[in-house]
Amino acid sequence: MIPELGNFALILALCLSLVLAIFPMVGSLNNTPGWMAMARPAAWGQFFFTALSFACLVNAFLTNDFSVHYVALHGNTQLPIIYKISAVWGAHEGSLLLWALILSGWTVAVSRLSRKLPIEVVARVLSVMGMVAIGFMSFMLFTSNPFDRRFPVPLEGGDLNPLLQDFGLAIHPPMLYMGYVGLSVAFSFAIAALIGGKLDAAWARWSRPWTTVAWVFLTIGITLGSWWAYYELGWGGWWFWDPVENASFMPWLAATALIHSLAVTEKRGAFKRWTVLLALLAFSLSLLGTFLVRSGVLTSVHSFAADPARGLFILIFLCIVIGGSLALYAWRAPAVSSGGGFDLFSRETLLLGNNLLLIVITAFILLGTLAPLIYDAMGWGKISVGFPWFSAMFVIFTPFLALLMGIGPLARWKRQDPADLARQLRIALLLSLGAGILLALPLLHEGSLSAGLAVALSVWLVSTQFLSLRQRLKYRKGLTGLLRDLGSRGSGSYYGMLVAHFGIAVFIIGITFVTQFDVEKDVRMSPGQSLELAGHTFTFEGVEVVPGPNYSAHQGSIRVYKDGDEVALLQPQKRTYLVQTKPMTEAGIDAGFTRDIYVSLGEALGGGDWSLRLYYKPFVRWIWLGGILIAIGGLLAASDRRYRIKDLATEPAATTAAARKLASARSS
Amino acid sequence: MARYLVPLGIFLVLVAFLYRGLSLDPKLVPSPLVGKPMPAFTLTRLQDPNTTISDTDIKGKVAVLNIWATWCVSCRAEHGALLELAKTGKVDIYGLNYKDERAAAQQWLRQLGDPYVANAFDDTGRVGIDWGVYGAPETFVIDSQGIIRHKHVGPLTAEVINEQILPLVAKLQTSP
Repeated sequence: MIPELGNFALILALCLSLVLAIFPMVGSLNNTPGWMAMARPAAWGQFFFTALSFACLVNAFLTNDFSVHYVALHGNTQLPIIYKISAVWGAHEGSLLLWALILSGWTVAVSRLSRKLPIEVVARVLSVMGMVAIGFMSFMLFTSNPFDRRFPVPLEGGDLNPLLQDFGLAIHPPMLYMGYVGLSVAFSFAIAALIGGKLDAAWARWSRPWTTVAWVFLTIGITLGSWWAYYELGWGGWWFWDPVENASFMPWLAATALIHSLAVTEKRGAFKRWTVLLALLAFSLSLLGTFLVRSGVLTSVHSFAADPARGLFILIFLCIVIGGSLALYAWRAPAVSSGGGFDLFSRETLLLGNNLLLIVITAFILLGTLAPLIYDAMGWGKISVGFPWFSAMFVIFTPFLALLMGIGPLARWKRQDPADLARQLRIALLLSLGAGILLALPLLHEGSLSAGLAVALSVWLVSTQFLSLRQRLKYRKGLTGLLRDLGSRGSGSYYGMLVAHFGIAVFIIGITFVTQFDVEKDVRMSPGQSLELAGHTFTFEGVEVVPGPNYSAHQGSIRVYKDGDEVALLQPQKRTYLVQTKPMTEAGIDAGFTRDIYVSLGEALGGGDWSLRLYYKPFVRWIWLGGILIAIGGLLAASDRRYRIKDLATEPAATTAAARKLASARSS
Repeated sequence: MARYLVPLGIFLVLVAFLYRGLSLDPKLVPSPLVGKPMPAFTLTRLQDPNTTISDTDIKGKVAVLNIWATWCVSCRAEHGALLELAKTGKVDIYGLNYKDERAAAQQWLRQLGDPYVANAFDDTGRVGIDWGVYGAPETFVIDSQGIIRHKHVGPLTAEVINEQILPLVAKLQTSP
């Protein structure tokens, strides 16, 4: 009964999204206040019924209702409660329902937090979000209904893929979807602005916090996914350039470009058409990712049930949403004034450079991801684009990005005297070159050269951000000046930027050091045997069998010593899950600020001997630490007080002027 | 004016490819090689750079050729299934280690177990092109005359082995 209720609630939610998509939009075009006023109640209703439907599916998993086909495939009576809940989004149908729930949640959030916005803007934004919801809900109802029943009812469910029975992966998809779907807000604001023909600073200001929050979720989601791959897959990798990883990375890059471009549009009124295009692009890439993951056009480790019928549905949906919005762009964008002018050398130009680099990287990733498909379709034969290609591409472009990231915050809006800027940057340049050479010199081989470059780039980033802070605090000296500045309006975005850029510096060190200096060794060890790796002594104490809630595991014990002192007791496991009988490895990791010690258990070799894989991974934590800092930076920026000051939103023109005055005062 | 149509144009080209992609299932690429003799090659052995292995070494018995690499995540996923297949002893499994590093690949086999009779080391991917490698892993079934009889794209699973590979191998072994 309850699954039928869930199904019915989903149908009602679809009906309400139809209402949301049609009436407020039409009302805003022929100026009917009553129709526009339908937007908010419809958004709430859509959210209510989607949440009800979601709760019904959660209930089906909790009560082991195997008459529901989806539950029978992915649920199990032995699953711990937390994984019964996360099993809801463990496969195609349920993850779509989560997607729809999050979308309707964002819609409600916009409706709730947009009280100061003109009603026709609210009506259009919510209406566009309703159109997106129609696509996802009808996709679910027509091709992938999670509430389909089956008969005969099996006694036991097929269980959640053991790879997904992990806390990191239980929260990874919701975070990622919050990001993907959150980008629909920026998209909807862009469409609303194109329809209204008003692409102004006010539009940029409204979009900015939403975009930043979505981007923060995306950052957290990607970081979590990478961390999970590292500790769960058992071979210490943290990024594989898999099509699905690329599908999450491309919207992130586009959204990164977007938040920078929105800053220019808000503060200077420039780049309007470019910004609106980026807003369309960022969400389009999220949708494209959905298509790639679920249609089966590419092979990937993240295997969702692939089905050409589903693929065709999403493709048509993509054509309507992306094609329609780009057509709208082609029609309306020419009428938009290009806005504030700027010199060839100015902060605007530098930010444009950063944007172009980000988009070039995105384009290369897209090309690499689709290359096998394009080659096949053109009859040029078949190719596979692997890890080396993507890594090379990334290593070529990232240094330029970091260079610009250092200069941008110091440059002035509108016009910058190059000689003056060079004078300011001299010290940062000296510091970073010095640090880089110092590190590269002692061991002149390939690894230390790239480590030198990484350190130089990081020092460059950190020192330029400090120079920018010093410039900002020119008239507020000392600690009290800093504290007073922290409390001032507009400080959130500024300090958010500093923290996020600092995060990039940390991230660069992390990826370079772990790639260049990690040590790994495959060994056969007998109980009691010791060996040396990277200055540590590893003593193998043997393997015992330990039971888990729904698996049994071989658990090895390895004590790690440094200079005679015990550093860690590592207990890697090799689990066999009872239902799907897949062997899974759980690495034993001793995490540290400057290094991880990582041990994974291989095969039993007889006589109590086991094959073990030992890793010493310097600075690997810095990769995720960087990700966390980037996310914190985004949160700081989104929490900027000026987005919440009441009368600002209703007086866009005045605030823009004020913001401009403020910005020029800051940068001078 | 026209330049505002550029994004839409790019998108439409993309859609054309994606639409084409829907009918091209990457897992079911009907390899033009099926029914033809396997492409000739001579490569160094993975375990010993001083000796070589060539297509003639594979001929004579029904065999399975598996294309893999350490950078390929799906290869790791199918490795257990390959070990199981090797354990049955019903067919020889040869490996083509594709665009890989020798040390890493040797380590992989030590760590995860070695299902292969022998491995050819194709670091440049040149031989892989002759075999029409779409993306590792791929698995070919070759009869005793050296004719390719079947190609499987994507990771092997117990089902694929039991329902497709082993029946075909049995058929080829009884009626050469």
